Amino acid sequence: MRLTINGHAHAGAPRPGQCLRTYLREAGWFGVKKGCDAGDCGACTIHLDGEPVHSCLLPAFRAEGRSVTTIEGLGGGCRPGDPAPDAMHPVQTAFLAAQGFQCGFCTPGMIMTAAALNQAQQRDLGTALKGNLCRCTGYRAIRDAIAGIAHRDTVEHGDPIGRNLPAPAAPQVVTGRARFTLDAPPADALHLKVLRSPHAHARIAAIDTADAYAVPGVVAVLTHADSPQRLFSTGRHQDPRDDAADTRVLDPILRFVGQRVAAVVAESVAAAEAGCRALRVTYAVRPALLDPDQALVADAPKVHDPVDRPSEDAPPLTRHPNLAAEVHGEVGDVEAGFAEADWVYENTFRSQRVQHVALETHGCVGWRDPDGRLTLRTSSQVPFLTRDALCDLFGLDRDAVRVVCNRVGGGFGGKQEMLTEDLVALAVLRTGRPVMWELTRQEQFTATTTRHPMRVAVKVGARRDGRLTAISLAVLSDTGAYGNHAGGVIHHGCNEVLAAYACPNKRVDGYAVYTNTVPAGAFRGYGLSQTIFALESALDEVARSLGIDPFDLRRINAVRPGDPMVSNSLEPHDVVFGSYGLDQCLDRVQQALRADPGPEPETGWRAGTGMAMAMIDTIPPRGHHADAQVSLDQDGRVTVRIGTAEFGNGTTTVHRQIAASALGLAPDRVRVAGADTDAVGHDTGAYGSTGTVVAGLAVLRAAEALAALIRERAAELSGVGLAACRLADGVMTTPRGPLDLEKLGPLAARGRADGSPRSVAFNVQAFRVAVHPVSGEVRILRSIHAADAGTVINPMQCRGQVEGGVAQAIGAALYEDLSIDPDGRVVTQALRDYHIPACADVPETEVLFAKTHDSVGPLGAKSMSESPYNPVAAALGNAIRDATGARLTATPFAPDRIFRAVMAGVSGEG
Amino acid sequence: MDLNTIETVIRPEARSDLPPWQDGDACLAGGTWLFSEPQPGTCRLVDLTALGWTPHAITARGVTLAATCTIAQLDRLELPPDWIAAPLVGQCCRALLGSFKIWNVATVGGNLCMALPAGPMIALATALEGTCTIWAPDGSERHLPVTDFVLGPQQTALRPGEILRGLILPAAALTRRTAFRRISLSPNGRSGALLIGMRDPSGGFALTVTASIRRPLRLAFTDLPDRDALARALSQAIPDDLYYDDVHGRPDWRRHMTRHLAEEIRDALADEASV
Repeated sequence: MRLTINGHAHAGAPRPGQCLRTYLREAGWFGVKKGCDAGDCGACTIHLDGEPVHSCLLPAFRAEGRSVTTIEGLGGGCRPGDPAPDAMHPVQTAFLAAQGFQCGFCTPGMIMTAAALNQAQQRDLGTALKGNLCRCTGYRAIRDAIAGIAHRDTVEHGDPIGRNLPAPAAPQVVTGRARFTLDAPPADALHLKVLRSPHAHARIAAIDTADAYAVPGVVAVLTHADSPQRLFSTGRHQDPRDDAADTRVLDPILRFVGQRVAAVVAESVAAAEAGCRALRVTYAVRPALLDPDQALVADAPKVHDPVDRPSEDAPPLTRHPNLAAEVHGEVGDVEAGFAEADWVYENTFRSQRVQHVALETHGCVGWRDPDGRLTLRTSSQVPFLTRDALCDLFGLDRDAVRVVCNRVGGGFGGKQEMLTEDLVALAVLRTGRPVMWELTRQEQFTATTTRHPMRVAVKVGARRDGRLTAISLAVLSDTGAYGNHAGGVIHHGCNEVLAAYACPNKRVDGYAVYTNTVPAGAFRGYGLSQTIFALESALDEVARSLGIDPFDLRRINAVRPGDPMVSNSLEPHDVVFGSYGLDQCLDRVQQALRADPGPEPETGWRAGTGMAMAMIDTIPPRGHHADAQVSLDQDGRVTVRIGTAEFGNGTTTVHRQIAASALGLAPDRVRVAGADTDAVGHDTGAYGSTGTVVAGLAVLRAAEALAALIRERAAELSGVGLAACRLADGVMTTPRGPLDLEKLGPLAARGRADGSPRSVAFNVQAFRVAVHPVSGEVRILRSIHAADAGTVINPMQCRGQVEGGVAQAIGAALYEDLSIDPDGRVVTQALRDYHIPACADVPETEVLFAKTHDSVGPLGAKSMSESPYNPVAAALGNAIRDATGARLTATPFAPDRIFRAVMAGVSGEG
Repeated sequence: MDLNTIETVIRPEARSDLPPWQDGDACLAGGTWLFSEPQPGTCRLVDLTALGWTPHAITARGVTLAATCTIAQLDRLELPPDWIAAPLVGQCCRALLGSFKIWNVATVGGNLCMALPAGPMIALATALEGTCTIWAPDGSERHLPVTDFVLGPQQTALRPGEILRGLILPAAALTRRTAFRRISLSPNGRSGALLIGMRDPSGGFALTVTASIRRPLRLAFTDLPDRDALARALSQAIPDDLYYDDVHGRPDWRRHMTRHLAEEIRDALADEASV
């Protein structure tokens, strides 16, 4: 067929069932993204004869004779691979000015849609953007971009710290030139597809691969017979022993619906799919354990049955094989504390299974370098730990494997896992060819990871004056079929929630159990959102019962400098008050709420306010390491080399600001090259909100060391004393006159950070809501969030992290539920059935920052990425309680689940 | 998404070009559902848009919509001013889960043939007493009221090889006063209940219930029922197992909201009765 693409004639032959999205990508237009491939997310939006359409839904043959515009050609005609044109479309310029993106994966579709809106649609973005999903921003930055509101700071002089400098990749992101994981794959790459288990628990009795091999184009079929026998965990931590090694690349035992059964590697996706359909598998079905409440009963089905691994060492002594991890601790005397309380409240709170829904699905492409080295480009938050895991799994030396990331389309903890790289590596090693594997959105829902669903029984005692006398938590966490992050999440989830309060008596009993369901894993907040929902809801009831303002109850009880930071044991730790801004956060939110409580509800709706707080350690425990190298290059520019991946967290911007500040250079003279295991020695990875406080500290140290080297070189060249040489505003000043940086290089210095000591960051969230007393609908009238992030290196970006965290948590609190049917199958397999917040669902959140300077983090900064999520569900629940009298104990607060409680509460029966 | 099992696309330009129906065939109109899910059992597409049907025609007798009329074309339709039910068209278009970009491609017929409880074209056609025109493989044509066409979730009265040709909305229905109510679990989510009330000049009242139940239902009353009579009629017409249960709303809430929205509609049209 013939058509016009971005102003140029194009001829090609689409396959009969091909959609326009893949046709355009195969033609080299990688700005056309796949977020869902089902018409829900809008990332693939293009213009067809000027009208915006989802190219994933359009049969490619329908483009015959028509004119297609992709993001690359929005500013003017171009050919594949052309650099970004000088002239941008006004909407692209507006997205630059507002920095209307974080990871940038949804941005091409968002811009193509925004560019097609008329004025009426621009005034009703909730409706106009219902076909465009962004998981990072919470939409405020996008709404600002469309409204023409600018935020970025383009002043080139002065200290870059504390300024809204733009992301270095912004021009590439808004023009569709930013390269994500699977853009521009090797031309001869094979494609991998897997057959997935239809059973929640089964043994593979036999696999007949003959018919699959007979499918034209099939190159290899991989079964458990081809798999390394070594066990590993998909969850990645600095210390691999943190996660139970209970997973094989391909395992004859299937422990959840969706687990890999076998993989087919073929010349095309179609052939790989056909190969999977042609596999003949005989399953020996086993009884499945789906209910975590039943996991620890004596005769429960064993998810990991020791009889399946007779040759292995006996597992550590646990009281039940379904117990994946546990935490127990007590300080003081909890029973005595309850006895001396004037008021005791107890209830059980449940947090459902939710998913990250990064817009870029997991995916990986692997090949052998010309020198034979295994190289993987993957969508990961942990390239170094993935490299290390692959080396362990396949018995390879560290220098025999290289892992790199392009820009990553969102993470949220979901990419602190090795979910594709092991199988792609196996396929590359087996075939010798480049191999690519892109998960579908359906696979993402059914077979990656989720947040740990939790049941939290909380009991709180308090005296009449509001002082807490005792807190106890009994937690049951469902880790699903595999133990990735089971231990880390249960420990973290039971830690800062308690350490935040100076209460003498605290107790925790936490269990993480296996079930035959899709595995849980790391997800923003890492266990805290679930326990904080329980405790902060309970504290709200305590405040109500005692007639104490909920802000005051926190002021009375929250930990403050001078207090020991104790969660559930008195063991020494390395967490300090690097700075303390909780008092400011409480004050500022309360003042903002008083100053503007938001609009009045519509007639008939009930209004109420609620708040909650959260504390988080700024760094994960027990070592988190980053190496950085900062070099002055021959062209007089500076290059920062760091291991951290950029997935919308904004660390590239921050690292550039830190280096520029330390070197006295304009930020645009600093390049950042990251996420390559060849770049530096090691990087634990961007998880636990460490991109600024660990990797950033390494960059700071390297940059300061480089600054010293530059001064030394200048002193040497000019023959003056070191103290007389000053580096500022991009010039080395000496008593003998200025020296150009070009003449001082090349020089390089290294820096390292090891993640200890650690500090604490704080978040306070308040909502005013309206609740419909009949339907159970909840509308947010006002949202205020204060954060203590220490020195805010980039307020525009940090605000975006807070807004994005709040929005993601609103989704989990009001809408999302990855539900599983009685056979263990995930029901919500598409975005139209798993509702993540769209533009209409997310109110503007007023973001306030405490003014503190942390003694631990770089330049006074603390982490601020996970923690804004944590207080949201409780604050919403508390506001609904205030509005209706109904204490909700299970998320999501969806109308169909809460209307009975709301009606009962409103009528005084709650 | 790519439908990799599709081997052939047939693009008939006349009814006589339509191929004999075979297993693995699927009719392609807008494609917004067909291309949104894996279709492993489908190997041939019959592209109905190649037939070049006129999207819509307005006569004194009513509106005729081709099955391939897009939602966007329907939304842009200008109806005679005395057809006071016209706002229903826009309200139902906006009730579609898909955005305005989907409107550019998705079709009225596709929405009917999908037969999802929340299908807003089903609600529109039911309220307006629409009749489906169906082409049979033998060259004949048959007609079915929409409530007999949509039988249950993703289940229609189409027999193998039959094709939905279009929809006729009679003028009489378009001259009635209307009240529209919809609720979903999120502001712009898939409808959990979508109800439409109609009052004709002689005082007759009809209530269309969709989205909350497994198939569309139209309850007709010679006069405006009082609240109790309306509630009784709903209870009689909708047994509990007819309420739909999926992730977009639990059945007890759908029942609760159906009764509540029905009351609101009754009250809204009662106020207008003397106008």
